[in-house]
Amino acid sequence: MFSQLLAQHFVHTALLAGAVVAVVSGAIGVFVVTRGASFAVHAISELGFTGAAGALVIGVDPVLGMMSGSIVVGFVLGLLSLRGRERDSAIGAVLAFGLGVGVLFLSLYQGYATEATNLLFGSIVGVSDSQLRNLAIVASIVMVVIALAYRPLVFSSVDPEGAEARGVPLRTLSVLTFLLLALATAEAIQVVGVLLVLTLVITPAAAAQRLTNRPEAALLLSIGIALVSTEGGILLSLEKPWPTSFFISAISFAIYLIARIVDVARPRSTRMSAPQTV
Amino acid sequence: MSYVVSVRELALRFGERRLWDDLSFELAAGELLAVLGPNGTGKTSLLRILLGLIEPSAGSVEVLGRSPRQSRARIGYVPQQRIFDRDLALRARDLVRLGLDGHRWGVSLLTRDKREQIERALTEVGAAEYADAPIGRLSGGEQQRLRVAQALVAEPALLLADEPLLSLDLSYQRIITGLLDERRRRFGTPIVFVTHDINPILPTVDRVLYLAPGRWAIGTPDEVLTSETLSSLYETEVDVLRVRGRVVVVGTPDDQDVHHVHEHGQVHA
Repeated sequence: MFSQLLAQHFVHTALLAGAVVAVVSGAIGVFVVTRGASFAVHAISELGFTGAAGALVIGVDPVLGMMSGSIVVGFVLGLLSLRGRERDSAIGAVLAFGLGVGVLFLSLYQGYATEATNLLFGSIVGVSDSQLRNLAIVASIVMVVIALAYRPLVFSSVDPEGAEARGVPLRTLSVLTFLLLALATAEAIQVVGVLLVLTLVITPAAAAQRLTNRPEAALLLSIGIALVSTEGGILLSLEKPWPTSFFISAISFAIYLIARIVDVARPRSTRMSAPQTV
Repeated sequence: MSYVVSVRELALRFGERRLWDDLSFELAAGELLAVLGPNGTGKTSLLRILLGLIEPSAGSVEVLGRSPRQSRARIGYVPQQRIFDRDLALRARDLVRLGLDGHRWGVSLLTRDKREQIERALTEVGAAEYADAPIGRLSGGEQQRLRVAQALVAEPALLLADEPLLSLDLSYQRIITGLLDERRRRFGTPIVFVTHDINPILPTVDRVLYLAPGRWAIGTPDEVLTSETLSSLYETEVDVLRVRGRVVVVGTPDDQDVHHVHEHGQVHA
């Protein structure tokens, strides 16, 4: 039965779509985790849901609505470029209201409830050829922009004070990061759903960070972990009829746990410094 | 002879609050200027003006004959200490590298020259042994030395340092001070050194800019760090003592409310 399914066209499409989404999510996740902006991913994703629900109500393609929703939120968050607690509470407030509006839209929507369920929990096996093409186009844009802006993106996320002094435009890069994140999130929603976006955008990057000290290696590892989780999850769901999203999140979480254990076993620092006096 | 930094009639106000007016000074090649003063007198803001990151309320600034913004690529900056995240996927050498080409677009591999430049900067600050360690797991002092290496790696024509000796133990205070001193003597790089404690750098300081609430004074340490000058800066009795080559200042009203100072007489020592 497994090999029969594997020969199906829709399975190929799903595997390809999963790979495309894994690459963008894993890549942007590294910058998001470095900026300590994991919570923002959740906000962007849920407001993407609001956008999609709104699109359903007015009879537009929900993917379009979702993109609009997440891009608007991403742009605003990037522009504010808040840090720490201030950002968390601002995001929390916006997120809660946005989700409320989404609930209203869903109650107004007269169509099939499965559309809403798919948005929330993902529907990788339902990806069409044209959807796959769109996923690939958006993913290419995201990856090209990351490559072009790679060094300032890293500089501004790890060392904003130093970067600013060297003339790196912090606000522009903050907006850029959150816009790329919004695009990646909109992609990931189509595979794992609104509620599980973190499993592709945050978990792989968080695990990668614990496995390597090199920024470039962390980026590649994060992409790799996202790929293994997505493709593994899709294949497992062919074997056992549980939700694909469950398998994807289970694999990425398992890798994250292993990374933490490996990290604990790693020596703290190459050398202890002399006691500090002030 | 042309000056590396030339500041004319600079004023800085934050709303109602006036930090300083008519601040003027020049910085020649190889000079080390220490900026002293209590919190909230605009020491860090002065550095940010020299970097072109904030605009002064009035006055003009020239760095290397151009606007600070245009000269920014040739300025090395050691920002005030901020501890790095423990889990950051960044090695010590990566932080230093960012000072070399982190502001450039795109991806690029390190050339042999650049690799050597980074290695040299790491060795100079005594960080070669932990060059491959994750930065978030290093001590505050070790991180601080890397900031100095990052500021020096691109061989700047002007160095601005904001409390660079913070959380360094005495031996590394000496190493970093010696390193900066050598840099300005050999390459003529002038240094603006913001500090709350003049003593670790006293022997190397050429001039002191003392920023008090609403007033300022500039001159050699012997001119500025006197009971007379500081007393008139603070408008209250301040004693400056010299104890075993160290300067001790007694009686500065550090917690004084800036808003109560209305006069803006400048004390030119």
